[in-house]
Amino acid sequence: MSGHSTYEPKTGFTRWLDARLPIVRLAHDSFVDFPTPKNLNYWWTFGGILALCLGIQIVTGVVLAMHYVPNANLAFNSVEHIMRDVNHGWMIRYIHANGASMFFLAVYIHMFRGIYYGSYKPPREILWILGCIIYLLMMATAFMGYVLPWGQMSYFGAVVITNLMGALPIVGKSITTWLWGGFAVDNPTLNRFFSLHYLLPFMIAGVVVLHIWALHVPGNNNPRGVEVKSKEDTVPFHPYYTVKDGFAMSVFLILFASFVFFMPDALGHPDNYVPANPLVTPAHIVPEWYFLPFYAILRAVPDKLTGVLMMFGSIGLLFVLPWIDRSKVRSMRYRPTARLFFLIFIVVCLLLGLCGSHEPDDKIFANLAGFNLLDSNLNSYTWLSRFLAVYYYAFYAILFLLSWIEKPLPVPESISAPVLKAGKKG
Amino acid sequence: MANTVVETSPPAGHGDDPNRRDFIHIVAATAAVGGVVAFAWPLIDEMNPSADVLALSSIEFDLSKVTVGQQVVVKWQGKPVFVRHRTPKEIAEAVHDDHAPMKDPATDASRHKPGKPEWLIVIGVCTHLGCVPNFGLGDYGGWLCPCHGSVYDTAGRIRKGPAPLNLFLPDYTFLSDTKIKVG
Repeated sequence: MSGHSTYEPKTGFTRWLDARLPIVRLAHDSFVDFPTPKNLNYWWTFGGILALCLGIQIVTGVVLAMHYVPNANLAFNSVEHIMRDVNHGWMIRYIHANGASMFFLAVYIHMFRGIYYGSYKPPREILWILGCIIYLLMMATAFMGYVLPWGQMSYFGAVVITNLMGALPIVGKSITTWLWGGFAVDNPTLNRFFSLHYLLPFMIAGVVVLHIWALHVPGNNNPRGVEVKSKEDTVPFHPYYTVKDGFAMSVFLILFASFVFFMPDALGHPDNYVPANPLVTPAHIVPEWYFLPFYAILRAVPDKLTGVLMMFGSIGLLFVLPWIDRSKVRSMRYRPTARLFFLIFIVVCLLLGLCGSHEPDDKIFANLAGFNLLDSNLNSYTWLSRFLAVYYYAFYAILFLLSWIEKPLPVPESISAPVLKAGKKG
Repeated sequence: MANTVVETSPPAGHGDDPNRRDFIHIVAATAAVGGVVAFAWPLIDEMNPSADVLALSSIEFDLSKVTVGQQVVVKWQGKPVFVRHRTPKEIAEAVHDDHAPMKDPATDASRHKPGKPEWLIVIGVCTHLGCVPNFGLGDYGGWLCPCHGSVYDTAGRIRKGPAPLNLFLPDYTFLSDTKIKVG
């Protein structure tokens, strides 16, 4: 926090309230007078955008739950009922469904921003880990939400993901039976997924509060990655960043609305408009786009258990990132080598997503015959995802090594210093 | 009488005896932890299959409906069960491959009931990640899983792809020549 509070209650009532529950003071110190580095760029607006996304998902979700029936025989029809009969139901559902994609789009940008500017480094490790926990909760919530319409993709998505647990030695089978509440994904599974899908967003909201609390102890990182040295380095959160965040949210909502109103099913899969049938698997199973890179890593490994461990490990590494990257320089603006590997890392994550959306045996270059290496053709997405998965892991090792090898560029002594110097020259 | 004095040991300050205090702390903490665990267990076990789910554990099926070369999929415990009436050629291929290199070696004879090689009854769930394999596809004429390309032969044995095990065999018995009970 900024030290002592600047809030002064003006009326009799606010003085009375402040002595009993200083909630207005808390809001004032957190979102009005909070000293914020004055050089935050638009990459920093995604925190606010994410809060907006969470709010939209909770509000639309609560409303949808008033019409949805979590029963294997009725779920699919109740979603169609929402789409066709409920007043504005189509719009509310499309906002909720596309909202999940927008939420993940924003969180990925937010996370890449954190990595690029070293926002996980001391003293913000807990802040970063809380963010990783939010991300895990988001993935669990999104997965269970996708199961609820009980279409073919819902059903077999649930089958494949719950079967991942079956890869665990000894306890695997009992855990999957426990998760299912039966001997296959069925009505009990749908019921509990609905219950948890309703619960988890509120747990996310709770962790978000901790995330903001942990943010407000050291204050924001900033694009230069140097700590705030004096009052001259900061501006009050309101109106400077309320307005900047507000503008970014408006732009983001334009993208959001263009999906909802002009291509509501572009990010979904047509097979999910076919009711779940446990006896027939659709020809091509894919998860939602935001899981594709992890799905590609899972399939890249020929051994089932190792594949599952590699997939979870790819997320687990994020948690220990503050202790992998030991470089004293936060911002990659001043770390040209790290920046290069980071940019490759982004491309690799996107390409992994591409691999996840293809059949493993699909050819990358249609006209090239390629040749077999071990179990698959070298000109197939299987091998491409293997190379990419290796880089995904290697990136963390590279960051670790660069902590010692890399010679960073000179870092400015404060946020204001370079600007003042440039001013004097001019 | 005054020359006899009865002396009892002075009562130790109850609250000051460190051993007693520790004992009370330990007992109280143990009881609290035990209580939480005892309460947590029903909340965890509640997610296991309920009595009505367990009660649906067996079905009967009339085999006369399945002609030679055909497969009928029956739902048992929420899972597909493949009832396949194998042709003599399919049986011969499966027996011929008994000693071919396999991930999960098994003879054809171990995959069906004695004297009933024409009836192959397996759980239609890929042992990789649980998709339902497609009938008659793949290099071995058995099944091909659409999800990650596991290939099974005409005895339901895994021959290619990521699946680690052969298709599972359900518990079943022949009630008569044309009727089976699964489960």
